[in-house]
Amino acid sequence: MTASRGRTIGAQRRRAALLFLAPMLLVLAFVAGWPLLRSIWFGFTNASLSDPGSAEWIGFGNYLEWLSYGENDGEWTGLLVDAEWWRAVWNTLVFTFVTVSVETVLGLVVALVLNVRFPLRGLVRAAVLVPWAIPTVVSAKMWAWMLNDQFGIINDIGMKLGLLSAPVAWVASADTAMIAVMLVDIWKSTPFMALLILAGLQTIPEDIYEAARIDGVSPLRTFWRVTLPLAAPAILVAVIFRALDALRVFDIIYVLTPNSADTQTMSVFVQQNLFQFDQFAYGSAASTLLFLVIAFITLGYIRVARLNLD
Amino acid sequence: MKTLRKIAFGLLVALILLFCLFPFYYAVLTSFETGTAIFTPSYLPDSFSLANYTQVLGRGFFPRNVLNSILVASVTVVLSLGLGVSAAFALARIRFRGRKLLLLTILSVSMFPQIAVLSGLFEIVRGLGLYNTLGSLVMSYMIFTLPFTVWVLTTFMRDLPVEIEEAAIVDGASPRHIVLKVFLPLMWPALVTTGLLAFIQAWNEFLFALTFVSSNDTRTAPVAIALISGTSAQETPWGAIMAASVIVTAPLIVLVLIFQRRIVAGFTSGGVKG
Repeated sequence: MTASRGRTIGAQRRRAALLFLAPMLLVLAFVAGWPLLRSIWFGFTNASLSDPGSAEWIGFGNYLEWLSYGENDGEWTGLLVDAEWWRAVWNTLVFTFVTVSVETVLGLVVALVLNVRFPLRGLVRAAVLVPWAIPTVVSAKMWAWMLNDQFGIINDIGMKLGLLSAPVAWVASADTAMIAVMLVDIWKSTPFMALLILAGLQTIPEDIYEAARIDGVSPLRTFWRVTLPLAAPAILVAVIFRALDALRVFDIIYVLTPNSADTQTMSVFVQQNLFQFDQFAYGSAASTLLFLVIAFITLGYIRVARLNLD
Repeated sequence: MKTLRKIAFGLLVALILLFCLFPFYYAVLTSFETGTAIFTPSYLPDSFSLANYTQVLGRGFFPRNVLNSILVASVTVVLSLGLGVSAAFALARIRFRGRKLLLLTILSVSMFPQIAVLSGLFEIVRGLGLYNTLGSLVMSYMIFTLPFTVWVLTTFMRDLPVEIEEAAIVDGASPRHIVLKVFLPLMWPALVTTGLLAFIQAWNEFLFALTFVSSNDTRTAPVAIALISGTSAQETPWGAIMAASVIVTAPLIVLVLIFQRRIVAGFTSGGVKG
């Protein structure tokens, strides 16, 4: 192939690239880019659910505004002083912190087990995928049934083992509702975490373990000094992935504890304001704040993961 | 000492299996129970009745809801794969300016919180007259299936050797010809895995399905299950809910078990959500 012909082919291919990308880019711009901009814009307007098109710009009113009652009297209104919003933020952060921490530890344990060669390992690895494959709504319903206060099997097990003295209304009571939703998330997401960490463990060469064994390093020390540092990048990526997912949690909470203030998260707050309370603009403003939080963490992920883009 | 370690390890494996499988096992158990049997916790099958299944499948809209789910997920997957293969070819095999930025943008969109576009999407859905139609769901599901598909297929195509298209280029084949005749036949494994993962994501989706569709005959199965209720809180039909749950879950579990190796590989190539 001559150099000049190679160049023309290169130029021809670059032109083709645009053509091949265009359909995907148009679709993404239409279903993600444009709606995102519109949602942000609605947050700065007085848009209503029945007619979002006729929204008018009102500035930062949905976020923070001084509502004057006359001379020297008035109050701040808006999201930034809305106690309900901040409770949703707090609930989301607690949910994310606890579930991701527990899932990381349990996921690491499961990954270490699956990294050992033993008979039936393939079967166990397949079984671990089951909770991941079950739709979130179904998981929430299954656990709602198991956690049922009168007929639930969790109370039955707890009583038989002597862990509970009386049946607990897990989902309905304010003290335990958050534990219940966390439990469902941990059950559903630990396998995913385990498989991501396992992929990291499998990149560690056998020889290192071999060398540690010959040098008489104890298994526990090998874990802390060899396994954990070498698997750390994979664990970190898995943690960020899960955190992003946990921060937008909606399905589990909506199905398991509807209308409960004790478990209301940012996504639930947004959805309810948009479509149940007829607070379309206010909900849009809240969704913009949620977007900012997640965008920030995504940028962090892209830096940490050092993705191979070549 | 050694046998003790083996026993401890075996117990740990058993515990993991119990943790992963018990809730679904219990749902299956409950789905075959009726009447008073449901209200006494049992750990082993002690009665067997198909009443819950005939109730869920025989009356009401549930079969229709399952059909809706199948339709929406299938169309979403076919569209994403079509657009994805085309885009992945450009991103993986052609060097052009702005390529890296584009890849990062696509990855970011796949991590996007769906809730952040909800009000803007709602406006589009209504503006196009798609409210309460399955089309609104196919359209909105592109948000998560498309970036994911593009990302995974790009990773796969990038790793194919240069030689496979060299001969075609020398013969003067057009890029379109190269995609359809050279790459597509090689890509079946990647297409099956990506398609399956995208199908599961679409099948499980709840937020858009809850928001953009509002009548019994257009709902998808997850929303229908979420909305099954009795005449009062005390009368929740748990047997029927569990039967419906098993119906929408069993096919997924079978698929996942068949394709488990590929799915795990798909996880690690990035972009899949939990």
